[in-house]
Amino acid sequence: MKILRATRMDRCIGCHSCSLACARLVHKKFSWLASGIRIRSSGGLTTGFEARLCLACEPAACALACPTGAFSQRKGGGVIVKMRQCIRCGLCAEACPVDAVYLDQAGQPHVCIHCGQCVEFCPHDCLELREKPEHVCVGGTCDV
Amino acid sequence: MSDAAFRVCIIHLHRGKSEIVTFGDKNKHIGGSGLAAALFEQFGLPGEPWSHPDQPLIFAIGCLTGYFPLMSKTVAGFKSPYHDQYAESHAGGRLALAMRFAGYDAIVLRGRARLPVAVHIGSRIIETKDANYLWGANVFTAGRVIRRAFPSGSGHRSILRIGPAGETLSAYACINVDTFRHFGRLGSGSVMGVKNVKAIVVSGDGDMELPGTDSKVYGKLFKKVYKDMTATEMMSKYHDLGTPVNIAPLNALKSLPIRNLQQTSDPDAEGLSGEKFGADLLIRNAACSGCPVGCIHVGMLREQFQDEHRFQIRQVSYDFETIFSLGSMVGLMDASSALALMDEVEKQGLDAMSTGVALAWATEAFQKGLLSMEQVEYDLAFGNLQAYKEAVWCLGHAKNEFYRDLAQGSMHAAGKYGGEDFACVLGQEMAGYATGETFFASQSLSFRHSHLDTGAYGYDQKHHDKNPDKAVAFMVEDERERVLLTSLVACLFARGVYKKELLAECLACVGLPDLAANMDQASEDMQRLRWRTRLATGFEPEKSRVPKRFLEVETWAGNMEPAYLDAVRQGYIKVIRELGAPAETRQE
Repeated sequence: MKILRATRMDRCIGCHSCSLACARLVHKKFSWLASGIRIRSSGGLTTGFEARLCLACEPAACALACPTGAFSQRKGGGVIVKMRQCIRCGLCAEACPVDAVYLDQAGQPHVCIHCGQCVEFCPHDCLELREKPEHVCVGGTCDV
Repeated sequence: MSDAAFRVCIIHLHRGKSEIVTFGDKNKHIGGSGLAAALFEQFGLPGEPWSHPDQPLIFAIGCLTGYFPLMSKTVAGFKSPYHDQYAESHAGGRLALAMRFAGYDAIVLRGRARLPVAVHIGSRIIETKDANYLWGANVFTAGRVIRRAFPSGSGHRSILRIGPAGETLSAYACINVDTFRHFGRLGSGSVMGVKNVKAIVVSGDGDMELPGTDSKVYGKLFKKVYKDMTATEMMSKYHDLGTPVNIAPLNALKSLPIRNLQQTSDPDAEGLSGEKFGADLLIRNAACSGCPVGCIHVGMLREQFQDEHRFQIRQVSYDFETIFSLGSMVGLMDASSALALMDEVEKQGLDAMSTGVALAWATEAFQKGLLSMEQVEYDLAFGNLQAYKEAVWCLGHAKNEFYRDLAQGSMHAAGKYGGEDFACVLGQEMAGYATGETFFASQSLSFRHSHLDTGAYGYDQKHHDKNPDKAVAFMVEDERERVLLTSLVACLFARGVYKKELLAECLACVGLPDLAANMDQASEDMQRLRWRTRLATGFEPEKSRVPKRFLEVETWAGNMEPAYLDAVRQGYIKVIRELGAPAETRQE
């Protein structure tokens, strides 16, 4: 299973095309927040940008916290989302150690599902969908 | 009120309250330029001065903002301190998308706060906070402090602020938007200043449903536009070296204003070329939100401030216009020096173009003995970076009577001290195109007195028949097409991609089929509304002038032809009067 990584954020120009694409294509929203990837500046535009997205934990803290089957463990890291199971409790967002789950104004969670649809909308090739090397990743995330 | 109405947030500064109103009609006003003019018609006081507390400061986005790539700009509408008439200025940055996601098509500031404030507007918050402690702070300091004062929402908000120039009410104080972009021209910064608003934070903290009825159709059309913007040659100029790529060709065509337009070509201009900036100083690009092109070019300014290898570095954005105005126009013919002066101008919150051209006039006036050392305080000489840096501080702070006068415009100062013949003013300080009569006629009369009102600088380069009727017809039609784009609101760099057919497809896709079918009429109506508003606030095109210096220019095409220039201007004046005639008169 491949995972999405924002490996080259030093190149980011802050256009938000990735977030808008994820919201549009995956979450069916018009938003730069209700998206599996969110771009922030790290203290003003001169300091560059960082991406908030799921790091594909295994086991995933958000899935463990979820009281229903809305978030369940995805093989290879991250979660499988079944929104019909979601009761808008917000525990997933609370549990995520890297603030990767966005709760919209109705309390609905939005998280990266590692589908890679955003990748082609990055003009500077900051993002990539790649295999997670298992030998360094068991039990947590890895720096790939 | 129909679904096609705009949602407008009106802030009443004097009583610290706001209201949300529905206003106008997307099918009629489109947004941006059209919406701003309509809001000014509703809330503006044409007969009162720009500084009247009840004059509105309007920020407007359009009906395609954020929905498609490069629909990423915001229009400011206000009564200008430069000419005390209705004016527009446009800016990129994050503001347009922040307004979209905050849920407002326009923000209108009315009244005057008792003490300096920062205004914060989001989808579920409208607040004003004391900013008295920030009065006097430069643009960079103001940005840093405001980021701390409003800690949440980084990356999804826009921060507007003014520098000292907006506080001292310079006629060309700008509003800085997100560090690298600006409402640059015609003094909107002082409109904020006179209202006691140091900063505005717009948080794009809401989320919305997809536009239209079919998400697949929208996704497909978005992808097509995105590919056109990123994969085709049309945008590479902006993406690659950026607008500074124009320095070398304009220099070769003897059309680059140099040393207060005493020259239009100089071998030394090579030191300011886009290629030079790209090779030596460019460190990164940045983008307006919603634009994958990333045309913002950021250079590294490295300055030694002490012995023993102590350096400071700063990131400074540069464009063709700032290189012309703060480089060649003031005789700073190397890229680092021009960048250093741009940095000073940023701090003071001044319009870069007007500042450079005003300093160029002051330099020549000082050389000619019209100004004394006591007045200018520093040895203003073409190429003297240190003197210009000090002068920029003096301008921003209106330090003495002379700098106070110069901060009201070059022609204002020339009227008092002499030197009107060589004040390079075409409605406001000139843009960087000494291409010929058509451009001079256009900027001296056009709505924003901007090089972006029409493509006249390109027309000068392509058409040599000197036919005034054809030139006027081109300008009027080109302006109408640009009014459509600046109402939607598209970045004008995208004008090669956003042709009418594509715009109609986009409008239909977001649920505005009536506007899609009626774009030409709507844009003509907004063109007329803008001119009516401008004329109602006192614009008398017959009184505009083209100073003598422009007639002395020699380009690659030869000397200026005053008769042709005059004929184009007279033709354009006639059209402006017709376009701006009261609606009822026109219908008769």
